[in-house]
Amino acid sequence: MSDDRTPYISVENVSKVFGGYAALDDVSLEVHEGEVLCLLGDNGAGKSTLIKILSGFHQPSSGTMKIQGEERVFKSPRDASDLGISTVHQFGGTFELMSLDRSFFVGLEPTKGWGPFKWFDRKTANEIVVREMQALGITRVSDGNRLVGSLSGGERQVSAIARAVYFGAKVLILDEPTAALGVKEAAHVLRIIMEAKLRGLAVVLVTHNVTHAMTVGDHFAILIHGEKADDFAKGERTREEITDLMAGGEAMGELEAELARLVAAGTQPA
Amino acid sequence: MLDLKNLARRPEFAAFVGTLFVFVFFGYFGWPTFTSALVTAGWLNVAAELGLIALPVALVMVAGHLDLSVGSILAAGAMTYAILTGHYDLPDYIGLPAGLGVGTFFGFLNGLIVTKTKLSSFIVTLAMLFALRGLVFGITRLTTSTVLVPVEVDPFVRETFGGRIWRTYENAIILWVIMALVVSWILYKTKFGNWVFSIGGDETSARAAGVPVERTTILLFMGSGFGSALLGVTQVALFGSAQVSAGQSYVFFSIIAVVVGGVLLTGGYGSPIGVIFGTMTFAIVSQGIYSTGWDSDWSSLILGVLLLIAVFTNNTFRRLALSSGDKKDESLSTARRTDPQTSPEPATTKEATVV
Repeated sequence: MSDDRTPYISVENVSKVFGGYAALDDVSLEVHEGEVLCLLGDNGAGKSTLIKILSGFHQPSSGTMKIQGEERVFKSPRDASDLGISTVHQFGGTFELMSLDRSFFVGLEPTKGWGPFKWFDRKTANEIVVREMQALGITRVSDGNRLVGSLSGGERQVSAIARAVYFGAKVLILDEPTAALGVKEAAHVLRIIMEAKLRGLAVVLVTHNVTHAMTVGDHFAILIHGEKADDFAKGERTREEITDLMAGGEAMGELEAELARLVAAGTQPA
Repeated sequence: MLDLKNLARRPEFAAFVGTLFVFVFFGYFGWPTFTSALVTAGWLNVAAELGLIALPVALVMVAGHLDLSVGSILAAGAMTYAILTGHYDLPDYIGLPAGLGVGTFFGFLNGLIVTKTKLSSFIVTLAMLFALRGLVFGITRLTTSTVLVPVEVDPFVRETFGGRIWRTYENAIILWVIMALVVSWILYKTKFGNWVFSIGGDETSARAAGVPVERTTILLFMGSGFGSALLGVTQVALFGSAQVSAGQSYVFFSIIAVVVGGVLLTGGYGSPIGVIFGTMTFAIVSQGIYSTGWDSDWSSLILGVLLLIAVFTNNTFRRLALSSGDKKDESLSTARRTDPQTSPEPATTKEATVV
């Protein structure tokens, strides 16, 4: 997947060992601005470990990371977010009992006033959050005072993406954003991902869902048991090839044969 | 515009209803003494004293922690002040700040241990409650050979902290009002307040969003330590002496006032105004009983039942608050009904970890 452009993030030969077990083994990847990179793989394939390294929650056991061609070490999530890498977790806004405007600005509150009497400017916060949500198609939200927990799963995803974009993220890491959503909501979130890409952001999309990945992905990487099994651009593989790879290739074939035997046994007269 | 539905969603609404209920209840059964100035002063004084602890403890609880050490910190603050001024004859301008400082210091220690060890604040502050009680007893006996230290309180301090308005209403009521304004300002109007909500809501996400979780938590425990010591020295100014066993009852009183005030035990939700109502409810029940002619033992029964009802209503109100208010665009909201991830009971996993 190497080309002439300098990738925003390049992961070079990164491994992560937890207590003797290699969760990630010698993985190299490039994340480009204006592109959606889909990370595919079964449970336990190392997707979460990889994005935790990208977002600064974990440090790699070996290997290096470069941001815009410069080698960087993330000691904390803060280091990653300072370089414009923003992670949105599965359930989006996690502060269910906070109002939308409060949660949108946690840690980055706009203030007014002077010295010790600085106050959190809720009015500005409220206006911004409503504007940003509506810009991303959530027209139902007209008041930032409503609680995050009263939003639907998709709306919460969108609010988390809106937050990252508003605070100038260059890379958006989305961890299974559509996994808990209904069809319509998932479609909306995928539209927002395209929107972010068109705005020039790099998107790393972690998903199980091959259809969702193929809808928005420009580039794909498949992880199996912590190793990168394949890495290809849009249009280079068919859906069947991708599904087989994700399930571990042969394993899927065996399962199909096994199921066929069972079906055959079930249809025989007793 | 009076919007009843939105009013009912506010965290302090149930607490207000509770206060109104007990007021009417004792107004009826305690008629006519309950509404007299003397009885009103009686419960307001109790509320004010408890409020000095309950308000900063409420902040700790909104951040998802508990502070059980307030009883011993109260005694430590009061005893420091009493021993320095009453026993060693040091001036009040040394003794009083020292008392408040000792309280704040042990709050700091609570916060430091909770954030460094990641142990539950329930255990850490319970340990502090016992350890500090032992320390206060030991040091008091060693230095003064008694457990009750009389103090000749400086007239200015006595008037400021221990004075009474019209000889009935304690000045503690003024301190309580100041405390309420400060705590409300902090929680509603500052960045710090937003951090408190976020830590109580989801500590990991708060940290990821850049909230200084450790510093915030330590400051909150320092606040409840300060509030406890403030009540300690106020009581010394009121009674002219300090007792080693003072304050232990405030451990549970403060939690009752805060929970009846609508703060969720799991954190992330609550309001100082609600806590003021919760404190008043507590005070009305514990003092109003004397105007009914019934045995005062019954007040504990009422408080216990009220606490249970409060926890139940808090959960109901949380569910109400989390349900979406208006549904203008159905296209996005239809999915959530079949979506198990967004259905209520979001805090069930947290409940197991908090206590």
